[in-house]
Amino acid sequence: MEANSQPNLPKKEIFKQKNYKEAARIFLKKYGIVLILLALFILMSILSPAFLKTRNLLNVVRQISVIGLIGMGVTMVIITTGIDLSSGSVIALAAVVAASLAQRVGWDAAMYPNLVGLPVIIPVLVGLAVGTTCGFLNGSIIAKFKIPPFIATLGMMTVARGLALLYSDGRPISSLTDSYNFIGQGEVLGIPFPIIILVIMAVITHVLLTNTKFGRYVYAIGGNENAAVISGLNVGKYKVLIYTYAGLLSGLAGILLSSRISSGQPGLGTGYELDAIAAAVIGGTSLNGGIGTVWGTIVGALIIGILNNGLDLLNVSAYWQQILKGLIIVAAIILDERKNR
Amino acid sequence: MDNGYILLMENITKAFPGVKALDNVELRVRKGTVHALMGENGAGKSTLMKILIGIYTPDGGTITFKNQKVVIDNTNTALKMGISMIHQELSPIPYMTVAENIFLGREPVNKLGLIDKKKMVEDARKLFQRLELNINPNSLMRELSIANTQMVEIAKAISYDSSMIIMDEPTSAITEKEVEHLFRIVRSLKEEGVSIIYITHKMDEVFKISDDITVFRDGRHIKTLPAGETNKEGLISMMVGRELSQIFPKSAAEIGDVVLSVRNLTRKGKFQNVSFELRRGEILGFAGLMGAGRTEVMECIFGVAKYDEGEIFINNIKVDIKTPQDSIKHGMALLTEDRKLTGILSVLSVRDNMVLASIDKYRRGMFLNKKRIAEVCENEKGKLGIKTPSMEQLIKLLSGGNQQKVLISRWLLTSPEILILDEPTRGIDVGAKAEIHRLMSKLAQEGKAIMMISSELPEVLGMSDRVMVMHEGRLSGEFLRCDVDQEKIMKCATGTNN
Repeated sequence: MEANSQPNLPKKEIFKQKNYKEAARIFLKKYGIVLILLALFILMSILSPAFLKTRNLLNVVRQISVIGLIGMGVTMVIITTGIDLSSGSVIALAAVVAASLAQRVGWDAAMYPNLVGLPVIIPVLVGLAVGTTCGFLNGSIIAKFKIPPFIATLGMMTVARGLALLYSDGRPISSLTDSYNFIGQGEVLGIPFPIIILVIMAVITHVLLTNTKFGRYVYAIGGNENAAVISGLNVGKYKVLIYTYAGLLSGLAGILLSSRISSGQPGLGTGYELDAIAAAVIGGTSLNGGIGTVWGTIVGALIIGILNNGLDLLNVSAYWQQILKGLIIVAAIILDERKNR
Repeated sequence: MDNGYILLMENITKAFPGVKALDNVELRVRKGTVHALMGENGAGKSTLMKILIGIYTPDGGTITFKNQKVVIDNTNTALKMGISMIHQELSPIPYMTVAENIFLGREPVNKLGLIDKKKMVEDARKLFQRLELNINPNSLMRELSIANTQMVEIAKAISYDSSMIIMDEPTSAITEKEVEHLFRIVRSLKEEGVSIIYITHKMDEVFKISDDITVFRDGRHIKTLPAGETNKEGLISMMVGRELSQIFPKSAAEIGDVVLSVRNLTRKGKFQNVSFELRRGEILGFAGLMGAGRTEVMECIFGVAKYDEGEIFINNIKVDIKTPQDSIKHGMALLTEDRKLTGILSVLSVRDNMVLASIDKYRRGMFLNKKRIAEVCENEKGKLGIKTPSMEQLIKLLSGGNQQKVLISRWLLTSPEILILDEPTRGIDVGAKAEIHRLMSKLAQEGKAIMMISSELPEVLGMSDRVMVMHEGRLSGEFLRCDVDQEKIMKCATGTNN
């Protein structure tokens, strides 16, 4: 145990510190990742002229909107010292089910010939319901049978993928209605719709975590589950709620993804859960529990997104990108450990 | 006998966040003697021993062992040098056998380099024979009683054939018969030239077995002297620094109606037939050795664990307690024994820790009234004298005493009628201790009912209106404040009062 007595001060107090070195340290601790994001942004702008184009930047944010959504859910789960490996597969399941109810009129190979041209609200609600149900099952198994989250969500990851393949017979479900496609492709006042969804969900999740009893309980369960039980928390109930919310976000991400490519494919989202966890960890969420924020995760997702995008523009091979991503994740975890010692 | 010093620890300093555990202390042990190290909880004894055994490194000072300056940077170094330790906290590996636990890390290997299980069991058997212990080396550790677990721990430390053995509360879980046995072993070790550092709270043992005594207080060395040159009262005043009556200010409170009544409470394997009553304004002390079952009883009353038989009545109405939520609804609060393990949320702020149990009170619909929370926290900080730079401060950076105060305010914010305090002043400095005792008195005066588990006899004697003593899962004694003393409690605690 180190004699590290740095206080955790609110924003105003930081600048009142007489010792500038100390103030700088506290500032870095709190806003370090934003600085890294800015540095990365500047670096990429210098290295590639195409980077700063509006279209490109909008593309980046559009691409990270899916990871950002499931990243928020997994952040909440990791704060309680849990993990969710099923987000990618739930994306696929929600995507194929929603897409099957969003097919346009006149498409001969529609899955449900009697259910074409449905109002967009139906595939959306159903897709969300699928995600929510998967999350609810995750949470219930973990809370009731005390199975480690890693195992329970690993099971769901495999089962949901299998169900997606079964449901779609292994084939893409295509030709979707315009109103459905709007969700992933449309723009409102020049802003891509997925970004609007991301921001709305980020605000909601942030408020949930910081301003409600629910949020306090999430941090408490992660901080010390035994102490939380003794203080009267119904930990089981909250675990179910947390995983259900993560499932809801996965469902939403599935709708977003399938509407963007106008096709519900059973292979969607493969590997996304790991990217989401990476975004959360880079953003400061601690795998030991009790620490993490929505904005940190968004910044983490942006860092990954800008890195990927920048390296693409520089024609760096996708293989190198993967190696780099892995190294950054490990570096982030090491820094996190030292910060929280 | 060579009376040279086998161990010299000089000018040792060690600090942790928020607390200076050791301030320039010294310890000089003569070869072939039993040297008792005494002091209240938090005086620094365990910290110094952890430095000697290589778990901590000192911030300053020197250690000289067998006339050579040494640096002990890990436990292996200490063991190789010839220092082994019987730890206060027993942490055996439950699913491994007795023999495997004893030889962990130094298992005998055969010619193929594989563990020689037969030899390991045989060596364990020989060790037990030498120490006259009747334990089966093939039993799993989890099958052993706490007393036998401690005896195995003792055997393990001795099996290293070290020149110096540190015994940290070696008799906390064993009966008087086994204590005599241990003393026989200690005396024969002395004859073999082994030096022993003996840490205990039990005054009688100190005078029975030790040659020299060193007293620590608040992280400082107070005095070292031969055992023959002092007595119980002298030791207590050195350890505590003031008269006993001054430190436990239990002021008189009006004792009212029975608020909690427990009848024939039983939990298989932990405790049986526990019955007692608790009144408003009363502080009911629970004394007993480690493993006697006191914490387990409180866990059942509070709903942390399930009991098999018995009934609980609150205000004369039978209640069904299944979870801590139930207990809190009935006005109970539980301050747990180990604040690090089950008390504080270490990565969270003081504020988050404080409002955890009462958070429903600060809700405005779905949202939290942050202003109200801030007010409430400042209020409690002032009332209890909690030292922290701000409410945002991470609780793990506070001293033990202040952490405990935050936990107490966590419970006070739920407006409880019955408070269960399990070792409320364990591991905190004397100043904070006194403050917590004053707070307890005040709460009793306000009509709250308090149950206090404590392993510090002076605290039990000073603070309780009545004392219940437990021994191996049963209530073995009940005394009024005026009728009780240390001897009577120890007799009941060790089961020798029949």
